[in-house]
Amino acid sequence: MPTTALGQPNAVSILFFFLFIAITLGITYWAAKRTKTTEHFYAAGRSITGFQNGLALSGDYMSAASFLGIAGLVALSGFDGLLYSIGFLVGWPVVMFLIAEPLRNLGKYTFADVVAYRLRQVPVRSAAAISTLTVVALYLIAEPLRNLGKYTFADVVAYRLRQVPVRSAAAISTLTVVALYLIAQMVGAGNLIKLLFGLPYETAVVLVGVVMILYVLFGGMVATTWVQIVKAVLLLGGALLLALLVLARFGLNPIALFHEAALKYGDQVLAPGKLVANPIDTVSLGLALMLGTAGLPHILMRFYTVPDAKAARTSVTWATLFIGFFYLLTFVIGFGAMVLVGPDPIKAIDKGGNMAAPLLAEALGGTPFLGFIAAVAFATILAVVAGLTLSGAAALSHDLWVNVIRGGHAPEAEQLRVARMATLVLGALAILLGIAFKGQNVAFTVGLAFAIAASGNLPAIVYSVFWRGFTTAGAVAAILVGTLSAVVLIYLSPTIQVDILKHAAPIFPLKNPGIVSIPLGFLAGWLVSLATKEKEAEEKYLEVERRLHLGGGD
Amino acid sequence: MQEKELEALVAERWRMALTLTGAMLLIYLGFVLLVAYAKGFMGSQIVPGLSWGILLGALVIVSAWVLNWIYTRWANTYYDERVKRILGR
Repeated sequence: MPTTALGQPNAVSILFFFLFIAITLGITYWAAKRTKTTEHFYAAGRSITGFQNGLALSGDYMSAASFLGIAGLVALSGFDGLLYSIGFLVGWPVVMFLIAEPLRNLGKYTFADVVAYRLRQVPVRSAAAISTLTVVALYLIAEPLRNLGKYTFADVVAYRLRQVPVRSAAAISTLTVVALYLIAQMVGAGNLIKLLFGLPYETAVVLVGVVMILYVLFGGMVATTWVQIVKAVLLLGGALLLALLVLARFGLNPIALFHEAALKYGDQVLAPGKLVANPIDTVSLGLALMLGTAGLPHILMRFYTVPDAKAARTSVTWATLFIGFFYLLTFVIGFGAMVLVGPDPIKAIDKGGNMAAPLLAEALGGTPFLGFIAAVAFATILAVVAGLTLSGAAALSHDLWVNVIRGGHAPEAEQLRVARMATLVLGALAILLGIAFKGQNVAFTVGLAFAIAASGNLPAIVYSVFWRGFTTAGAVAAILVGTLSAVVLIYLSPTIQVDILKHAAPIFPLKNPGIVSIPLGFLAGWLVSLATKEKEAEEKYLEVERRLHLGGGD
Repeated sequence: MQEKELEALVAERWRMALTLTGAMLLIYLGFVLLVAYAKGFMGSQIVPGLSWGILLGALVIVSAWVLNWIYTRWANTYYDERVKRILGR
């Protein structure tokens, strides 16, 4: 066991940590005075610039899983970890080419706005809200940590399968699903913060929950956006500094670093290895990562915060640059941790390798730098949780309450009240249940969240902007078939059947369902639309086309 | 008349979007397939320390930037101008 200050409260990390909280709460206070309407609460008054939104998108997207998780994966297994780095980036051009501008031109607050535009509201919105909440929920678990599991995931999945409604109107059960997954997020965050700061688990959960609720409840999208921006700058700065300090030891030459890694741990660290044992599984994961980005609700929601389609375009350009740059840095940070810290000391602290980057920081810059990187990781968790909660609250209040239950006619004050109540409910449940449950095996949920986003949400969005013949029944079918097939296939996969339920053989051979569930979602939307002609939806397509391309609206 | 022009522009926009999406898919799936089926090649080193896998991986990220740049340039110069013309009528 190496000596490390990791896991003990140290002055620098606590200082940075309180500084971050103080600054972001200050932002929230400032934002709260500006958050008077739903347009501010959900969309920051459409006043965010393209550059700012690009940073905020990066903040939403670069999670603790990608910073700590990928760095750890590279540090322990070399090249294989990079597959995730690359997969997480290539979805962004798809967002740019297919999604960003239509979404901005046609929608108001959620992606259901776009799909429901010329279709019947209630079924489409209900289905979209279900898949949004499922993705949010899954992503919330995935975000904090992988491989920290102590309990099995079986209870959660079994519960989920009973709860996930086949009938689209089951809003209340959806809330339960979200709540359940919020637990897991809080559990992971609690564990991570315990590792980083040595804070007691319960304290960490309450702290994360309360601060996140404060951001979203009072500051809405304005505060959430600025928290994302602060976090993105901190994370990019921290990662850059870490990478530069590593490279300084190798004459600023990354190839010399990789060479050193190969000399120390064998040439295979630079080659594809064990993680890509099954080629079809690799392709399946790749598809889900690439197409899933364009279906993540908290990402989609960000496009409503900019004034027009051109700004939406600019924001993806910046986001792709920042995120790509960040993932290139993970190459260096991961191999840096492998060479300068070593796989064994990293595994001694956390089997999954999640502490590779903090340990590397300590090796390079001592306790102060460790404190800084730990505080950055904490900021990362908080920001992502806030973004997710806001998109979950929007699905609940804007899609389900306002447009399904109240038929689209709710006074502004009521809408805002319901949105805040939804936030409070999501947040409070997260804290309470997060304390009640401890430890989940969340390693596979990143892939699953992306698979659901790609199989359920993406077909619905793409069809509704591309295809005149798309119908209400087709939209519901695409969303539900895509979402359900991804969830069911994951349940039947080796991850749950063998790793968690300890059965001898899985019913479905692949770990990632994307290669099956994505085509299923697209196919269901297509076939059901063909079978159910909808005159009204076809007639309104011209109007959709005009708005999509020429802008106008708000 | 305006309708026809819009239809034509819409068709062009989707052709561009689908071509570029297809290009990204091809590049990325090509990379993934190499990782899955050509492990030996991906592990071979061009110079000591730089394997084909790492080089091509970095290039996939760069290609995402390039494709974005192509789209943005097309949209900013050509597409936005056409939209303005159609709206100007």
